Amino acid sequence: MSAPFLWIFLPLILAGLLLPLRNRNVVVLVSCVFTLFLTLAAWLLPIDTALTIGNWSFKLTSSFEILGRHLILAPADRSFLALIYGSSLFWFGATFSSGASRRLIPFGLAITALLVAALAVEPFLYAALIIEMAVLLSVPLLSTSGQKPGRGLIRFLIFQTLAMPFILFSGWLLAGIEANPGDLGLVQQAAILISLGFSFLLAVFPFYSWIPLLAEEASPIAVGFILWMFPTVTIFFGLGFLDHYTWLRDASSLGIILTTVGILMIFSGGLLAAFQHHLGRIMGYAVIMETGYSLLAIILGEKSGLGIFYLLFIPRILAMVLWAFSLTILKEHYPTLALDNMKGLARIWPFATSGLVLANLALVGMPMLAGFPTHQAIWEGLASRSLPAVFWVLMGNLGLFICVLRTVYTFAIVHEETQGGVRETILQRILVVIGIVAIFLLGLFPQWALPLWTRLPALFTHLGQ
Amino acid sequence: MISILNWIALLGALITTIGLLLHQNWRWGVGLLAILYLSVFWWVQIHWPVSMATAKLVTGWMACVILALAKINAGTTEKVEASWPQGRLFRIFTAGIIVAATFALSLRASGLLGLGLPLVWGSFLLMGMGLLHLGITAKPFRVILGLLTILAGFEIIYAAVESSTLVAALLSVVNLGLALAGAYFMNISQENKT
Repeated sequence: MSAPFLWIFLPLILAGLLLPLRNRNVVVLVSCVFTLFLTLAAWLLPIDTALTIGNWSFKLTSSFEILGRHLILAPADRSFLALIYGSSLFWFGATFSSGASRRLIPFGLAITALLVAALAVEPFLYAALIIEMAVLLSVPLLSTSGQKPGRGLIRFLIFQTLAMPFILFSGWLLAGIEANPGDLGLVQQAAILISLGFSFLLAVFPFYSWIPLLAEEASPIAVGFILWMFPTVTIFFGLGFLDHYTWLRDASSLGIILTTVGILMIFSGGLLAAFQHHLGRIMGYAVIMETGYSLLAIILGEKSGLGIFYLLFIPRILAMVLWAFSLTILKEHYPTLALDNMKGLARIWPFATSGLVLANLALVGMPMLAGFPTHQAIWEGLASRSLPAVFWVLMGNLGLFICVLRTVYTFAIVHEETQGGVRETILQRILVVIGIVAIFLLGLFPQWALPLWTRLPALFTHLGQ
Repeated sequence: MISILNWIALLGALITTIGLLLHQNWRWGVGLLAILYLSVFWWVQIHWPVSMATAKLVTGWMACVILALAKINAGTTEKVEASWPQGRLFRIFTAGIIVAATFALSLRASGLLGLGLPLVWGSFLLMGMGLLHLGITAKPFRVILGLLTILAGFEIIYAAVESSTLVAALLSVVNLGLALAGAYFMNISQENKT
């Protein structure tokens, strides 16, 4: 068997099989067991090395040929596979007690498989096409049944589709640069095309307007999944570019551009979040800020290693799943998610509201919570380079923190309609408590996450080495 | 002779894209898009084998059929978008700007890419008109027409530099996927009514 078959085609087949199934519990259970199996397989099974158990021998080959090109999942990709399928397990598990599972799981599994294929395809520039296919699969996931598609979904489709031509064409120019490295005009054109392509794909400032719109319109858990999966894979795809092209990696302006864009995203995201009156939109802006943090972590670790960048992922996935899950619980009863309709909810939805606030605080970088160690490392690294830069970043965080204060105030307000007992189901309470405990544990013992990511640096040959 | 046909294809692309911009009736939109794919086919077959170029043409027509069927199924009448500039004069004026800008750009780009002027101009024209389309509409059907126009323009120029079968297949899937997304957009609001 080949590794691409196991981690790409098998999930696609299962997604097709799960789509017509009506029983929600079966869908969730099968998908959770399957993604757990894929995560463990990524962690434990060697690729391109025979595994012998008694008389039985088994070997996962790394390559799969398709239409004259190859899908390659090398041994170095195993940690990335574990990250992607492990995070899918979190998202699928979170749908256990919500109605979103019937759409999220089949489409989510197919999207995950396609995004893995995007990073496995050789030549790697073709990834842009496969990412576009994943974008198209996201459309049914992000639309609401019986409602016209909103502006956020339309903009998501437009911006992600516009990214593809830029990246594909820049690939052609990059091949020209490899043949003729001295052509500065060509280098400049390629750099502009790559920048535009990734700006659209990663929803970089100012192309992120679709994120808050989408977070307002669609199911929180579906939006959370998309806003986790696409930026994560896109960043790894972008790092592949940096790793592959020396001139790009060594460009003097790269650091300035990424730092500026990262700071702009954090500051503008935090500032705009502070004025929001919709809980979904606040989550959207928090995601924009997290993308900014990823860009800063890349630049800070470009020479010394991308450790901080890799460590961002676990706190982020925990916080985002908890945030989206808590929002999903609330949205089932308060579909607008407007802050005005949330008065006094802490009394009747204590678990969901606590989960939401703690997830928000974790992404603010509050001490003792999961996001603190990594955010603190970024602030420290940035401060050693430029104090004004860290000032603007902290201002952005202050904006998100103001959101938390406003949310807590709204949830805690005494309101006559919020009398009665706790309304979450037992399963919802358990899942929220697990999320909260995990966020606290990772904040108190961040070193627990370290062994998980010791293998990720092997993904890149040159970057951060 | 081939050179003349290249210019005829450009004329066809110009007429169809301006028509797409001016006509609000979806039947005209789908029909003009189908004609546009003939120009695309002509330019793609210069660099690709005719069989692969035909596949692109068929894919484009399939996308048109999907959109038309979805529109018939949705059965709604199109409302005029109140917030966007609607005047034909405005649209003709902006289309004129795009034609001039893409011509200026393609004069330089055709030398840089080593491709004929009508092909490069045609490609840029489609991309420019598609972007203009996206800029002045928010209707899902129109947005999909705009995206398909942009992709058609891109595919013309990309076919000259990349001849991989996998890329051709993936681009076809993306085109069909966009059409299906458009069909989904048009029919999703009908789900609860049926």
